[in-house]
Amino acid sequence: MAPITERKSGTPGQGQLTRVLTTILLAVFLVYSLLPIFYLIVSSTKNNADLFSSFGLWFSSGFSLPENLRDTFARDGGVYWNWLWNTTYYSISSAVGAAFISTIAGYAFAKYRFPGRLPVFAVILGSIMVPQTALVIPTYLLLSKIGLIDTPLAVILPSLVSPFGVYLMRVYADQSVPDDLLNAARVDGAGELRIFWSVALRVLMPGFVTVLLLSFVATWNNYFLPLVVLSTPELYPLTVGLASWNSLASAGGGAEPLYPLVITGALVSVLPIIVSFLFLQRYWQGGLTFGSLKD
Amino acid sequence: MIIPYLFLLPFLLLFLVFLVLPLAYALGISVFENRLVGGTVFVGAQNYLRAVGDPAFLRGVLRMLTFGVFQVPIMLVLALLLALILDSGVTWFRTLFRLGFFLPYAVPSVVAALIWGYLYGQDFGPFAQLARAIGLPVPQFFSDSLILGSIANIVTWEFTGYNMIILYAALQAVPAELRDAGAVDGARGWQIALFIKIPLILPALFVTMVFSIIGTFQLFNEPQLLQPLAPGAIGESFTPNLYAYSLAFTNQQYEYSAAISFVLGAVVVVCSYVFMLLTNRREEVG
Repeated sequence: MAPITERKSGTPGQGQLTRVLTTILLAVFLVYSLLPIFYLIVSSTKNNADLFSSFGLWFSSGFSLPENLRDTFARDGGVYWNWLWNTTYYSISSAVGAAFISTIAGYAFAKYRFPGRLPVFAVILGSIMVPQTALVIPTYLLLSKIGLIDTPLAVILPSLVSPFGVYLMRVYADQSVPDDLLNAARVDGAGELRIFWSVALRVLMPGFVTVLLLSFVATWNNYFLPLVVLSTPELYPLTVGLASWNSLASAGGGAEPLYPLVITGALVSVLPIIVSFLFLQRYWQGGLTFGSLKD
Repeated sequence: MIIPYLFLLPFLLLFLVFLVLPLAYALGISVFENRLVGGTVFVGAQNYLRAVGDPAFLRGVLRMLTFGVFQVPIMLVLALLLALILDSGVTWFRTLFRLGFFLPYAVPSVVAALIWGYLYGQDFGPFAQLARAIGLPVPQFFSDSLILGSIANIVTWEFTGYNMIILYAALQAVPAELRDAGAVDGARGWQIALFIKIPLILPALFVTMVFSIIGTFQLFNEPQLLQPLAPGAIGESFTPNLYAYSLAFTNQQYEYSAAISFVLGAVVVVCSYVFMLLTNRREEVG
């Protein structure tokens, strides 16, 4: 990285001043970024009374996190466990499925020449612009016709379609899988499926993981689709479940002590993503940047 | 030669069933109307004519345009500024900042809306508490005049870091020779940023803009979750998406809701397309 501080003009003191000022600027934005998460952590240690009476951005005298956790997981016959499990199940199925489907499709677009290749790819690329939410209500109507409404498949199947994933994998396969490698395998007499499975997929792994992560988080955070296609609370993912508790809490005007549960439940729901994200940040950045760079 | 088609089959099948078919279906039912007397009857373009003349829908679209015109530039300028500062390497704790800025992206928008809803709260929200403690009037985040700004802040909080990471990575790919050449010519840090780096990352900036515009028109989660807290300011047609949702699930007007979804999709595609045309032309001139 080019050290900009060693400019020709200006005194060393001036460079130091720039450094202090920009660091302060970034620190201010860091506080803004972390404040709501800090608030969530602080609030998860308070009981209902303290939530209303103590200062929101600091801990109160009591420490109610254990009770809050217990209540969150016990409420409504332990339905939070269902939500946690459902979210995990929907996210993992969608992510693994979408990553496989996108990888093999992207690979086909990148490494084969066949009639219809360009127009089909153009249609897929154009569909990235179709707002997902415009699809949700028609999808609901279609799924209810074939009796798939209010089942896990109603969430998982639509989440398998990732036009952006196909685009990413096509670009990735274009750049990372050399034709010579494939031709060498063909000379050795390997079939095309075998070549994909044991030669190409290995090279494509970083891209595969990126699509996996993007789809995982998209499903983990999805709200509109499950809200519309699910009606049984036991099938809800965390987002829809927490929102239902929250509207119950607001409707009761805080009469029922549900706020600590919503807050603690929200904290628990965020933790897996934050942890995965800190450990896998290399793939995150890779994925987010790939599509925009190699346009 | 059938092999590539086999490889494409799983995706294309799902693409047809869950993307093309819903769109076609929405288009199909949008030319009907369900009447109390007479059942479902063909009405042609009537739902579309109704949509483009529906003040509730038009106000929602206008509201999203207003929202986008302010929120998208603010967020992207902020993201660009942060990315440029991080990339220039002048500050301390760069890894900490990069991770911290990106963290809100890991928070589901539902949870983000819940947390900010509590933070904005009139009773136990910390801003209200602080205002009361120093004797200032309590900010009315859920009032008619502030609600759009309150939602814009949530969206900015969620996505600035995400956009920053995209721009930052593009900046990191700017060849070192170009930066150094600028430095040798005596350009200052901000001049290198303005005249060398920003032109080189225009494609990435462009991608963040298109995705932000698409996201703006789809706004649903945040207003839907804030609705119980701000019932006066957020009506059932506050955003076009919220309107389509309440038409379908509160009023059972599926046909009209499908028409609204379709017009909304068309607005998004047209806006993105116009934006692309405009920026392409500028790039050719520049």
